[in-house]
Amino acid sequence: MNQDIEARKQELLNQGYTEVYTKTKVLTDAVMHYCPGCGHGTTHRLVAEVIDEMGIQDNVVGVSPVGCSVLAYNYFDIDFQEAAHGRAPALATAVKRLNPDTFVFTYQGDGDLAAIGTAETIHACNRGENITMIFVNNGIYGMTGGQMAPTTLIGMKSATTPYGRRVDINGYPLRITELISTLPGTYYVTRQSVQTPAAVRKAKAAIRKAFENQKLKKGLSFVEILSNCNSGWKMTPVQANKWMEDNMMPNYPVGDIKVDGKLVENVDVARLAVDHPLSVMQ
Amino acid sequence: MAKELKLMKGNEAIARAMIASGTDGYFGYPITPQSEVMETLMAEKPWEETGMVVLQAESEMASINMVYGGAATGKKVATSSSSPGISLMQEGLTYLAGAEIPCLVVNVMRGGPGLGTIQPSQSDYFQSVKGGGHGDYQLYTLAPASVQEMYDFVFDAWDIAFKYRNPVLILSDGAIGQCMEKLYTRDYVPRWTEEERRKNAPWGTWGKPANRPHNIITSLELDSARQEVFNHKLQAKYAEMKEKEVRYEMLNCDDADYIFVAYGSSSRIAMKAMQMAREKGIKVGLFRLITLFPFPTKQLADVAKHVKGILCVEMSAGQMIEDVRLATECNVKTEHFGRFGGIIPTPTEVLEALENKIIK
Repeated sequence: MNQDIEARKQELLNQGYTEVYTKTKVLTDAVMHYCPGCGHGTTHRLVAEVIDEMGIQDNVVGVSPVGCSVLAYNYFDIDFQEAAHGRAPALATAVKRLNPDTFVFTYQGDGDLAAIGTAETIHACNRGENITMIFVNNGIYGMTGGQMAPTTLIGMKSATTPYGRRVDINGYPLRITELISTLPGTYYVTRQSVQTPAAVRKAKAAIRKAFENQKLKKGLSFVEILSNCNSGWKMTPVQANKWMEDNMMPNYPVGDIKVDGKLVENVDVARLAVDHPLSVMQ
Repeated sequence: MAKELKLMKGNEAIARAMIASGTDGYFGYPITPQSEVMETLMAEKPWEETGMVVLQAESEMASINMVYGGAATGKKVATSSSSPGISLMQEGLTYLAGAEIPCLVVNVMRGGPGLGTIQPSQSDYFQSVKGGGHGDYQLYTLAPASVQEMYDFVFDAWDIAFKYRNPVLILSDGAIGQCMEKLYTRDYVPRWTEEERRKNAPWGTWGKPANRPHNIITSLELDSARQEVFNHKLQAKYAEMKEKEVRYEMLNCDDADYIFVAYGSSSRIAMKAMQMAREKGIKVGLFRLITLFPFPTKQLADVAKHVKGILCVEMSAGQMIEDVRLATECNVKTEHFGRFGGIIPTPTEVLEALENKIIK
């Protein structure tokens, strides 16, 4: 198949076309299993582009989670470890401690990072491990079939909240990114998204910054990528992105939360909990 | 450090052996009766001397997964804990076995179930050699019976772990961990250089050079056919260990009418009971297990052909006895004697048990 693509490319170039966009060399030729419209593919690409542009392909180790991105190691042409569910920050801690000059990142979803792996997440952040954490939040357990996640909004339907999440039964969603921003060990904490070209550009800049911080040995950098799960949300990709903008973004506001070890002005982490109680918008 | 004669606690011996054997990293969490392992390491500050990393994790789950991450880069990484903590590590252990990551885990056993007691016990035999975590896997399991063996087995563990790409378990107990005995230390083995790491662990994830495919450390295989092939590969590895890496010790077994089978602390007590029996004119021998997996099945079966009875001594309700009976195919009378709750049996009790359960 790859030869076909290569042949077709040559054919077009011979016809006078110019190549303006190509696969990042840090991504493998493996066909991704992600659903069309899912944010994982884009986020993978952004991480791969940053690794490529920084010239660190030969000196980086990724740690994949359990969840939709469990097979991330098949898509990145770099050394990779696959962790038990939620434990990626513990793995990454040791990789970095034992190989301090190697770039290390985790790539995790919301169930992995904010439910089963909460302890590992908080303690890696609080120790200020000099690693990068990429956190893809789509408010649902995608791989297992769309069950409630720690980030599922109040009122949001899932396979285990078929009538919508209820506080009296399920408790509140967890804004883990704001939570870890209050820890002294985190140096850079940001929430981005990848549903528009403009958002993609900002997300890439954030990921780049997170890796640059690691190069400077500044401590832990944490990039949340707000994403959709059109399959789990039972919507078309376009509907899912719209729903994400209308419902997720007011509750999980996009932008930097902590930069260079300082909380960004006008970001009031405590106030957010009162003003935006994490409900689906009516 | 050169070869010296020291007086040392078992737990301290573990820590000092880790430093001396060129261990790259230790990740642990405090639990009685093995906390001296990490305390010794922190006091010794090996990061200043050998560059060894020592970190106190937030839980045993984190520490075993730190072992996974660190060891998966092809370095010598270890942890230690005691029974309840080792239970928490079972998830990590099955992943380590499934991803074929060499590493060292030390269990200084205490009594259970649950929080149980902080006193010595040997009731984690099943957990150690019959699985513990899910899936078909084995840990190469060494049972030290002295402070000297606590020390020496750390060195041996690294050889086996990297030879077979398999986790190694040192299954000790609170008595061996806490007691002080004389110990000959060894010359330092330097930590591996970068070149040695790459040579000894070519599968490691340390950053992909342009001239090799990316290394992936995972225990996941969604294709059943390929997973079965992998399971066969693991089983072949365990079969090779059974063939080549069995360790045991026989004392006075040649002319014995009866033998004790024991490991760890119990083997020390059984040794005394054996001496007392010989003084009374009863020909008793001791078959001491050093590896619990692989179990010395053939060797024990050979000895069992010439004896009238076997007493298994273990501080448990009788776990090892199942493997003894399997080894001898129940061809000889075999009984268990043990105490619970952290109570260590006396040699007199052990001898009485032999007389009452086997000889009479």
